[in-house]
Amino acid sequence: MMKKMLTSALILVLTSILAFAPLAASADGHACTNDVWNKVMSRGKIVVGVKADYKPWGYRDTSGDIIGMEIDMAKDVAMKMGVDLDLVAVQSSNRMQFLEQGKIDLMIATMSDRKDRREIVGIVGPNYYTSGTNIMSPKALGLTDWEDLRGKPVCGKQGAFYNQIVEERYGAEIIAFTGNAEAKQALRDKKCIAWVYDDSSIGSDLSSGEWEEFEMPLNSEDDNPWALAVPSKERDCVFGRFMSGMQYQWHQDGTLIELEKKWGIKPTRYLADYQERLGDWLAD
Amino acid sequence: MDLLADFFRQIAEDHPRWNFIWMYEPVQQGKVLSGIWMTIELSIACLALSMVIGVVGAFAQGSRNLILRSLVQGYIQFFRNTPPYVQLLFFYFALGQFTPTYSPDGWLEVPIISNVGWAIISLSFFAGAFNIEIFRAGIEAVPESTREASESLGFSRKQTYRYVVLPLALRVSLPALNNNLVNLVKTTTQAFGIAVPELLYQSVTIWNDYPSALYPTMLLVFVVYVILVGVLVMSMSHWERSMRIPGYGV
Repeated sequence: MMKKMLTSALILVLTSILAFAPLAASADGHACTNDVWNKVMSRGKIVVGVKADYKPWGYRDTSGDIIGMEIDMAKDVAMKMGVDLDLVAVQSSNRMQFLEQGKIDLMIATMSDRKDRREIVGIVGPNYYTSGTNIMSPKALGLTDWEDLRGKPVCGKQGAFYNQIVEERYGAEIIAFTGNAEAKQALRDKKCIAWVYDDSSIGSDLSSGEWEEFEMPLNSEDDNPWALAVPSKERDCVFGRFMSGMQYQWHQDGTLIELEKKWGIKPTRYLADYQERLGDWLAD
Repeated sequence: MDLLADFFRQIAEDHPRWNFIWMYEPVQQGKVLSGIWMTIELSIACLALSMVIGVVGAFAQGSRNLILRSLVQGYIQFFRNTPPYVQLLFFYFALGQFTPTYSPDGWLEVPIISNVGWAIISLSFFAGAFNIEIFRAGIEAVPESTREASESLGFSRKQTYRYVVLPLALRVSLPALNNNLVNLVKTTTQAFGIAVPELLYQSVTIWNDYPSALYPTMLLVFVVYVILVGVLVMSMSHWERSMRIPGYGV
C-alpha cells in the first residue's frame, strides 16, 4: 500500500518537474544586474532578516523591539549604505526562503555556514562568528559524554543542522520544536534530558540566571562559522562584495569583539584570532 | 530500484533545487515513510474518536438534564471557538503538567500521555465539537412525527435515538460530516507544533537538513495529502451510497 502510494506520488512529482525544471534552469545568469542593491538604494530602506528569539544576538526587549548583537551589525550596514533599517524576525526554518523570495534583502540570523546552504543563498566571507554544538542538561543528571544521549529524548529546534548529526552519531532521539521557547519549556517540563543547541546561546542562557539547575556539561562539537547572506544572484556583485567589506572591517577594527563585550557574550578565540590576522599593519 | 535512485541522483545534480533526496537516500526515505504513517495513524484515530464524540455529544445535547446540556454546550463553545493550534499547545504544555508521569532515570518525567496522545485528544475534541453540531442539524431534520411514531410504538428515548433518529440523521449529516473530516485530516499538520513526527514535521526536518530538497518535499506533502483526502472522500461517498434508502430524500 505504502509502496504503491509512493509510486503514484512519484508520477505526480515527475510531471511537475517537467513543468518546473525549465524555470529553475534559467535562473543562473552571470551578468550583474544588482537588482536588490538598486532596489534598496532607490527605496532608501534595507530590510534585514534577524532572529527574535536568540538572546543576545537577536531578541526582543521588554517593549517588543528587536535588539542584539546582530541588530547592531544590521544598523551599521544600513548606516554605511545611507538607508533606513527595517528588521524582520525570521526563524531558522524559513530564513533562507525569506531571502530567496525577496521578503528580506539581507539575512544576519545566526546561520551556520554550510555547503548546501551556499547553494541556496549568497553567503560571503569572512565569517563574522562561530559556535559549536553543545547541550544544556540538568545538573542532577550529571551527563559527561555525548554517548550518554543514546536512546534518550533530547529536545532540539527545527532548522538546526546538528539535530541530524546528534541523531546519527550518538543515537539521540531528537524531539524538534518550532521555536526555542517551546523546546526549552519542554526541557523544564522534563520531557527530554537535554536541549541541544549552539554553545554560545546556551552559554548566555546559563549566565542569565534563569537556569540555575542546569549546566553545559559536554565538550562542544562541530565548531561551525556563522554566515550572513545576500540573495544568491548578488553574491558576486555589489551587494556581496559590500558585505564582505563590512565583515572584513568589523574584524579588523575590533567592532565584533566590542559587540561581543557589549552584549555579554563570552569572548571567543575565533574573533581574537581573526583580528590578529586581519590587523592593520600600520596601526599602533 | 537502483536505476530509479540513479535517475534522481542525476536530477539532483543537474537541477540543484530539485533534489529528490528521499528517492535515493534510505534515511530520508525512512523519515518520509514514517511521517506518512504517523499522519495516517493520527488521522484514523482522530476520525474515529471525533465521530464517537459527535454521536454521544449530539445525544447528550437532546437530554432533558439541564446540567448535561449546558456541559455539552460549554464544550462546543470552547473547542469550536478557539484555534486548534492554541488548543494543542495548551493541552501539551499546560495540561501535560497535571497528568501522571513515570520516570525511567530519576529525572526525566515521561507523561503517560505522549505528544501523539495529546494531538489525538486535542484534534478529536476540536473536530468532535463540530461533529456534534453537524449531527444536531441532522437530528433536527428528522421529522417530529417520526419520533412521535416511534415513541407511540413504545421505544424509550435511548431506543428512539439508536434505532430511528440516528440512522436517519446520519444520512442527512453525511455531506457536512464529510467536509469536517476532510478538514480534520488536514489539521493534523498542526501537531507539528508539539513535535509530533507526522509528515510535515519530517518534511521540514528534511528540507532543513537539505535545503536543495525544499521544492520536491513540499510537492510531496501536497501529493500525499491529495491522495489521503482523496481516499477519505472516496470511502465517505461510498458509505453515503451504500446507506442510501430508496425514496428517502437525501
